[in-house]
Amino acid sequence: MRHIISILLENEAGALSRVSGLFSARGYNIESLTVAPTEDPTLSRLTLVTRGSDDVIEQITKQLNKLVDVVKLIDLTEGAHIEREMLLIKVNATGNMREEVKRLVDIFRGHIIDVTDTTYVIELTGTGEKLDAFVDALRGAGIIEVVRSGVSGIARGERSLRA
Amino acid sequence: MELTGAEILVRCLQDEGVEYIFGYPGGAALHIYDALYKQEKVKHILARHEQGATHAADGYARSTTKPGVALVTSGPGVTNTVTGIATAYMDSIPLVVISGQVSTALIGNDAFQEVDTVGITRPCVKHNFLVKDVKDLAATIKKAFYIAQTGRPGPVLVDVPKDVTAQRCEYVYPKEVQMRSYHPVVKGHPGQIKRAAEMLLGAKRPMIYSGGGVIASEASRELTEFTRALGFPITNTLMGLGAYPATDPLFVGMLGMHGTYEANMAMHDCDVLLAVGARFDDRVTGEVKQFCPDARIIHIDIDPSSISKNVRVDVPIVGDVKNVLSDLSKAMKAAKKEPDKQALSVWWKRIDGWRKFDCLGFDRASSLIKPQYVLETLYRLTKGEAFVTSDVGQHQMWAAQFYKFDKPRRWINSGGLGTMGFGLPAAMGVQFAHPKDTVVCVTGEASIQMCIQELSTCRQYDLPIKIVNLNNRYMGMVRQWQEFFYESRYSHSYMDALPDFQKLAEAYGHVGMRIEKPADVEGALIECLKLKDRLVFMDFITDQNENVYPMVAAGKGHHEMHVSPSQARAMEDRELA
Ligand SMILES: Cc1ncc(C[n+]2csc(CCOP(=O)(O)OP(=O)(O)O)c2C)c(N)n1
Repeated sequence: MRHIISILLENEAGALSRVSGLFSARGYNIESLTVAPTEDPTLSRLTLVTRGSDDVIEQITKQLNKLVDVVKLIDLTEGAHIEREMLLIKVNATGNMREEVKRLVDIFRGHIIDVTDTTYVIELTGTGEKLDAFVDALRGAGIIEVVRSGVSGIARGERSLRA
Repeated sequence: MELTGAEILVRCLQDEGVEYIFGYPGGAALHIYDALYKQEKVKHILARHEQGATHAADGYARSTTKPGVALVTSGPGVTNTVTGIATAYMDSIPLVVISGQVSTALIGNDAFQEVDTVGITRPCVKHNFLVKDVKDLAATIKKAFYIAQTGRPGPVLVDVPKDVTAQRCEYVYPKEVQMRSYHPVVKGHPGQIKRAAEMLLGAKRPMIYSGGGVIASEASRELTEFTRALGFPITNTLMGLGAYPATDPLFVGMLGMHGTYEANMAMHDCDVLLAVGARFDDRVTGEVKQFCPDARIIHIDIDPSSISKNVRVDVPIVGDVKNVLSDLSKAMKAAKKEPDKQALSVWWKRIDGWRKFDCLGFDRASSLIKPQYVLETLYRLTKGEAFVTSDVGQHQMWAAQFYKFDKPRRWINSGGLGTMGFGLPAAMGVQFAHPKDTVVCVTGEASIQMCIQELSTCRQYDLPIKIVNLNNRYMGMVRQWQEFFYESRYSHSYMDALPDFQKLAEAYGHVGMRIEKPADVEGALIECLKLKDRLVFMDFITDQNENVYPMVAAGKGHHEMHVSPSQARAMEDRELA
């Protein structure tokens, strides 16, 4: 099963490597990882996507909780939540593809944020699946570069992750 | 008054009540060594290798309730401690390791004797710190001691760059530690404790399996009272020996790969298992699919990640063993129900049947010295009162089987990492902590050579350690596996060109003895123990082909033990009769 685990971490040198080191040392996989400071600059929020059986996920959360730099964590996938990822993509935009790409961007509700005679840079936010679909749709145009932020997420309603 | 970082560090150690630190100097640590020189409260013990210093600090910690402290320089000084730190980590031993580091301006420049200490040690410490500002130093040291000793204990490393030890600031040692990210759980969940009490009272074939956590939690008394009140059989892990008195009739011996027949059979057949401060290590469980097939399992542990890691349990209780055991006792009394006496007596009859089989029996008529005989005699002559450290191999298992520990913290060995070279330096730490007691290091001719240089430390500080070297001219445990699983192809397990240990000991300024005949074993041990203020190195030339039995091979269940050929014959005879 795919799980999104969100962690409040002491914003200290080396804290991130404790988390990533744990995953490599114990053979857990990380599909994506994002991290940035929160409104409290002494805390970072780290979101990671991992896969594993219930037993493995239980160990992952227990082992993460054991790290001294981890203040709190939540498995977002245990409840209703919102998941978002941002994509920046640079594609060829010449001839009739210029219009075609623009049309696709509108359908997916993205934005063209940089334009040259031959290229577009497009920004799109959504779930991972939506970004996958968009990237697929653009294959015909000729993709030059893809940058994805990795998944971040937040619980719906009352549930929250606070120090 | 403003102090230098080095002075602050030493003041912190004083205020923490540290009596001994074990270390080895070098460039990045020289300010600290200078500050040590100018005071007398904290006594520095100079090892001969940083691995030795770390194991000595570890031995000190294991034999007391205090953390061990080691001090080393940057680069090779700290890489030499990694084995020692990992050893302590695997066995949850509280250590504080302080390492010098190159100056902050040089960090990352591949400076002389620079290594990424925090990076190298990260996977084998409970936590580590790099102190970049002298203002953070005292608070960091305080945190290091706090983290090392609380919750599930473990080693904590503090890396201190040289310029930080020279900078000055006001010294204040914090009285307490507040960390929003670290709150070890102490009390067990009352609902779970109640469920456990009911399960235990309903058991027909109960079994208690306890480990090193009982010792870490100082809960031997609680465990003993609890077990006696119920009359349940109890087994200890290698790390838990001494937590329950080995001479008590309810004790069925150690369990696991080289556990007793009765302990392993009782594990296999029990219907309710209470695991206390133990972590279901693979050397203990054997094949997990066959582990306690009929049992419902209750597990008490302070570390939630130990629970249901290797074996799924039915009633997990996270908390400090000492607290949980006393709450569990109360819950059992409150349940107003007695254990099933009748079922228990049937269960004990079966266990006693297994016991009769005498799985630790060995050939007493041999013309060669049997290692078991040496340890049995050592046990008798020291009246079971010695502190015994060991290295890793067959001798370790025989020591665990034949020395009956009635008290906790007397059996000091590297259980989790299995570190050859641990025994002698660990014995130094134990002897510093217990200067009047007999400290014995049981070792093998391969293991002892991994930290043999510490004989020099022992001479410098007059440590009267008794070394029992069970010299079989083989890496015995390796040879045993090769005999069993590789058709006796003894690939590189033979030690050619061994030193003359007697002369070697003498060269270091100690007493050396060489014992070759069974008839001389007892006399030699008596003589050795009489030399109260000398280190005695006893080189026992033992039977090369002796194996450790019983043995649960990797991948097998507890009920599928190899037993020794002589005991197997005895068993058959009895069945025929
Ligand atoms: C540092 C280290 N290297 C290798 C091993 C693997 N090993 C386990 S037991 C053993 C042999 C130990 O021989 P010895 O000290 O003579 O003890 P014996 O088994 O003969 O009693 C070896 C090599 C280890 N445990 N530790």
